[in-house]
Amino acid sequence: MRAAASDLPLAFDDVSLTAGATTILDRVNLTIGPGAPTLILGPNGSGKTSLLRLCMGLAEPSTGAVSWGGRADAGPERRAILFQKPVMLRRSAAANVAYGLAQAGCPRGLRTRRTEELLDRVGLSALASRPARRLSGGEQQRLALARALGRQPEILLLDEPTASLDPAATRFVEEIILDAARSGTKIVMASHDLGQVRRLAGDVVFLVRGRLFEHAAASDFLDRPATPQAAAFVRGDLVL
Amino acid sequence: MSETVSAWQLIASGDATLFAIVRLSLAVSLSAVAIALVVGLPLGAMLALMRFPGRSAVVVVLNGFMGLPPVVVGLTVYLLLSRSGPLGELGLLFTPTAMVIAQALLVLPIIAALTRQTVEDLWLEYREELTAMGVGPAGQVATLLWDSRFSLVTALLAGFGRAAAEVGTVMIVGGNIDGFTRTMTTTIALETSKGNLPLAMGLGLILIFLILLINAAAWGVRLWSEQRAG
Ligand SMILES: Nc1ncnc2c1ncn2[C@@H]1O[C@H](COP(=O)(O)OP(=O)(O)O)[C@@H](O)[C@H]1O
Ligand SMILES: [Mg+2]
Repeated sequence: MRAAASDLPLAFDDVSLTAGATTILDRVNLTIGPGAPTLILGPNGSGKTSLLRLCMGLAEPSTGAVSWGGRADAGPERRAILFQKPVMLRRSAAANVAYGLAQAGCPRGLRTRRTEELLDRVGLSALASRPARRLSGGEQQRLALARALGRQPEILLLDEPTASLDPAATRFVEEIILDAARSGTKIVMASHDLGQVRRLAGDVVFLVRGRLFEHAAASDFLDRPATPQAAAFVRGDLVL
Repeated sequence: MSETVSAWQLIASGDATLFAIVRLSLAVSLSAVAIALVVGLPLGAMLALMRFPGRSAVVVVLNGFMGLPPVVVGLTVYLLLSRSGPLGELGLLFTPTAMVIAQALLVLPIIAALTRQTVEDLWLEYREELTAMGVGPAGQVATLLWDSRFSLVTALLAGFGRAAAEVGTVMIVGGNIDGFTRTMTTTIALETSKGNLPLAMGLGLILIFLILLINAAAWGVRLWSEQRAG
C-alpha cells in the first residue's frame, strides 16, 4: 500500500520543539526540495539531530507543523534514517539488511539477492554472517546504511554518518551517499564538517542554538555567508 | 549407606515404579511450562510495550508473584476445583490435569515477568529504529520476542526448574495417588516419612540430575547466543 504521492517538498512551517523549559528548535521555517544533498550544519547542540527526527516523523513539533509533499500525516514508507549511533538488531549482518527489506515490502524471493547486493555495496560481503553487534563502529554504520538504502527511500536522513570514521572510511561512505543521490534519493544529512559541505552539499541549512540562521546554496554559504554567525563558522571560528 | 546403593540399583535396573513417577513429573511440569509460555510471552511483551494507568502496580504485583508460595497456589486451585467450588463440575481435582493447571499458574508469573523485563530493555533500544522502519505493533512484538529468544529460553528453564522441584501445589491438588498423581517430589516426601529411603533417594538423585541438566542447558544457551547473536 504505497501512496503514489511524493514526500517532497519536506516543509517546516514555524516549527518549534521544546522539552520542559528548554527550547530545542525555535520557529524554524524551511523547505527542502528534490535535488542535490541538503546538509544540516551547526555546532554541537544546535538542534541537528532534533531536526532530523522531526523530518523522519519520530518527533512531533511542539508548535508549528511539518509536512511531506503537502501532507501532514505521511507515514515513514518513503523515508529512511541513519542514526548517529546505529541500532543493530541482535541478528547477523545479513539478517539486519533482510529485515529492513522485509519491512519495506521486498518480496521474500528477492531478499537474499538484494541483501547480497546491498552488503556488497557497503563493502561488508565478507561479514554477512557475523552478528551485527560484533561489528566495529564503522562497520555498523555501513550496515545501517545498507539497511536504510534497502528501503529505497525517496528521502534518506543521515545524522553525522562519518563523525567517527577515519578519512578512508569517510570517503567510502560519502561515495555511497553520492551514489544514492545521483540515482535520485534526496539526501538530508547533519554534519559539522565544512569539508563535507564542499564535497557533497547542494544547499546548506545552518543552525545555531535551535535557530535557523541561513538556508543557501552551498557555494553561496561558503563564499558569501549572509550572517555573522555563518561567516564565523566558515572561517573556522568557534560559534557558540 | 546401603540406602544409597539400593537407590542406584533402582535407577540402574530401570525400576518401573520409579520411572513411571519420573515420566509423570516431567509430563506435568513440561505441560505447565508450555501453557505458561503460550500465555506469559504475549502477556509479558504487551506489558513491556503498553502504557496505561496502574501499569507500575501490575508490574510490581507480577514481579512479586514470581515468589508465590506453591502451597498457596495449590490451595487456590483446590478451592476452585473442589466439588463445591466454581469449577467443581469438571471433576478435575486429584487428576494430573489439576496439577498441570496449578503448576502453570505457579510458573506463569516467572515467564511473564522475565519476558516483560527482557522485552522492555530491548524495546528501549529498538524503539526508534522499528518506528522509523514502519513496523506495526504485531511486528514489534514478534521482533522483540525473537531477538530476546535466548534470554527467554533462560526464563523458560527457570520456570521448568521451579515446577519440577516444587511439592506444594501437586501435593494439594493431585492428592499423591499411587500410580496416578504421584510425582517425584510428593513421592520423596511420602516415602521418606514411611522410611522407604532407597526409592526416595533414587528420585532425589534423578531430580538433582535434572536440575543440574537445566542449569547446564541455560549456561550453554547463553554461551551459544553470545557467539551467534552478539
Ligand atoms: N529530550 C530532550 N530533553 C531536553 N533537551 C534535549 C532533548 N533532546 C535534545 N535536547 C537538547 O537540545 C539541544 C539540541 O540537541 P540535538 O538536536 O541533539 O543537537 P545536535 O544534533 O546539533 O548536537 C541540545 O542542547 C540538547 O541537549
Ligand atoms: Mg546530533
